[in-house]
Amino acid sequence: MHDSRLFSVDQAGATLLIRGAHVLDPRTDLDEPQDVLIQNGRIAELGAPGSLPAPDDGEAVEAAGKHLFPAFVDPHVHLRTPGQEYKEDLDTGTAAAAAGGFCAVIAMPNTDPVVDDAPILRSLIESARSQARVPVGFLASITRGLEGNDLTEMANLHDVGALGFTDDGKPVVSAGVLLKALQYQRLCGGVIALHEEDPALSRDGVMHEGAVSARLGMAGIPSVSESTMVARDAALAGYENGRVHFQHLSCVESVEAVALAKEAGIRVSAEASPHHLTLTDDVVRTLDSRMKMNPPLRSDADRRALVEALRTGVIDCVATDHAPHALHEKEVPFEQAPMGTIGLETAFPALFTELVLPGELELGIVIERMTSGGALYGLPTPRIATGEPANVCLVDLDAKFEVGAEGYVSRSQNCCFYGRTLHGRVLITVAAGAVAFRARLLAEAGAVAS
Amino acid sequence: MSRIGRHLISIDDLDRQGMERILDRAESFAEVSGREIKKVPALRGRTVVNLFYEASTRTSSSFELAAKRLSADVVNIRSAGSSVDKGESLKDTVQTLSAYDPAAIVIRSPHAGAAQLVAGWTPAAVINAGDGKHEHPTQALLDVFTLRRRLGSLDGTRIWIVGDVLHSRVARSNILALQRMGANVTVCGPPTLIPREIEALGCEAAVTLDRLEEADVVYVLRMQKERMHDAFVPSLREYAVRYQINAARLRPGQLLMHPGPVNRGVELSADAIDSPQALIGEQVKAGVAVRMAVLYELLVGSPALAAVA
Repeated sequence: MHDSRLFSVDQAGATLLIRGAHVLDPRTDLDEPQDVLIQNGRIAELGAPGSLPAPDDGEAVEAAGKHLFPAFVDPHVHLRTPGQEYKEDLDTGTAAAAAGGFCAVIAMPNTDPVVDDAPILRSLIESARSQARVPVGFLASITRGLEGNDLTEMANLHDVGALGFTDDGKPVVSAGVLLKALQYQRLCGGVIALHEEDPALSRDGVMHEGAVSARLGMAGIPSVSESTMVARDAALAGYENGRVHFQHLSCVESVEAVALAKEAGIRVSAEASPHHLTLTDDVVRTLDSRMKMNPPLRSDADRRALVEALRTGVIDCVATDHAPHALHEKEVPFEQAPMGTIGLETAFPALFTELVLPGELELGIVIERMTSGGALYGLPTPRIATGEPANVCLVDLDAKFEVGAEGYVSRSQNCCFYGRTLHGRVLITVAAGAVAFRARLLAEAGAVAS
Repeated sequence: MSRIGRHLISIDDLDRQGMERILDRAESFAEVSGREIKKVPALRGRTVVNLFYEASTRTSSSFELAAKRLSADVVNIRSAGSSVDKGESLKDTVQTLSAYDPAAIVIRSPHAGAAQLVAGWTPAAVINAGDGKHEHPTQALLDVFTLRRRLGSLDGTRIWIVGDVLHSRVARSNILALQRMGANVTVCGPPTLIPREIEALGCEAAVTLDRLEEADVVYVLRMQKERMHDAFVPSLREYAVRYQINAARLRPGQLLMHPGPVNRGVELSADAIDSPQALIGEQVKAGVAVRMAVLYELLVGSPALAAVA
């Protein structure tokens, strides 16, 4: 995806013809087999299947029976750079994004050091220019060191390239501090994204508070720990006419709070993760630390409320909250393990398998919500239309795979979908006009004719 | 048909028949404990490792005695002073100990799920001697053993578990085990110490002792003083006024149990502890025989043979 606030390795635009794939783009009302010609990184021409000749200077991909979507945008990933490159770095994280069909991701600032100062952001941007395989946008922190006390130089950080601000990983506990940030937003612009959690309620909780935590004897995180903060911060945003984005919603009460705020005309948006949309705390019974994340997996009523909110648009987009952790960090008892699951490589297959195939959600809605996360931060939305920059992913909806069986592109392996058989394999990802990913099996199967 | 898993990590590893098989075996080992030479050669030449990451007196000593009375070689490792103290991970510790080819590893950990993890890292049979606030299955088995000896059967008995259910692995294993043996369980305690949705385990929940007289057995949990810091109860005095089990609150014929160690004057009064209704001493005595039976059934008793019988 092209935008002055997205950064990646500069690559020449690809030229290739994708022949006969079923093209689905809810925004351009495309839902039929088409030939799609990409020339020098732009969508040059669409035509009936078989109507477009192979380009002289590029390859043709036979894609009948496959699906071509606008590539996905993930507004919430942890690339662990700087400081925790043993978990992930800009290269491996964006490679995982490309493998998952993403053409852009937005990285969170809770790194080591925290992205709370212009020089750190500048050096991160330089690293992205030499390492990122798909365009990356960056958020800076709201408060210095994520400590919740002093605002960062938000105006300066926004000028340097921050798309917005978040203390993700932690809530902004003080309403007073958040109010100041919302006032300051009038000067600096940028979306303020919020990880909502009242530490007085979540305390030392490690999972959802409910029947499963009662069974396992582990401290619970009540859903009101999140929803009371969503309600509080929506009120603050309304008071200051600020623009806030609620990250990784997990429960029905939060959905209700966001719906009320939207009805009241407050400028809020919200995201939900594939794991919260498809899994419940029931999987924590395994005591598998891959199932430990914050916010925690909640009840099935919560999950269904999230799916319904995603359908109606109360939740605007899907965000993976891709959170890599090293094996040795996760191979400990559940209560001691760090929170987080990787999610870039499984986002679409998980939603397709667990929601679209059983009929809980239409494929078009999934595509719409997986591509809308960038626009919330003022970025362009990938579209399949003549003249648009090429940001597409080719997917085989019939192909199945066992998660983890072939390893991961990500440096880390902490995937909550581990061992599940998912449908829908990404075959090719074109990001910002360049081929960012090509599945090995596609090449092996000889499906690519050059 | 009875089911006993390869490990004993949760009461859910046992069905009712599996529990009964262990209890029957414990009866025969209780007889051994009455002999002058309290030893049988069942595990001669085999090694049992006791790996305790948490302070424990009765559980660790009874596991040690149980293994020794079965003639096993016993290695006791406590976190203080061991490689665990030097920052070695649980996985590395378990894999190191597994090099000695133990037949069983008994583990006590402050963290839920530790025993299950250990089972994935060693070929030895793993026995959970308490993992966090999750489970303590051998405690529940010895409690059932004690009650079965006294009552014959638990079918239809009403058992109240009173106190800090939230932080109690003993409560969780007992709720499961007692119900599996046919008892009806009610948990009772301050609302701050009763887990939300505990009824999903099949028990009832009460916040006062008003209906205590309906209980055939009153099982009192230890009230840990450290819980005071998190404002779970306003004071131990108020806790004792509302929830202490004393002679005045016990109806004649009710049996009294406690997993130990007791806080005299907090959850139990001295007159209750010393009353003939109290089975606390019998619980401790049952510990060795039941743990011998668990070791025996996991390491010697063949589930396949038992299924045929």
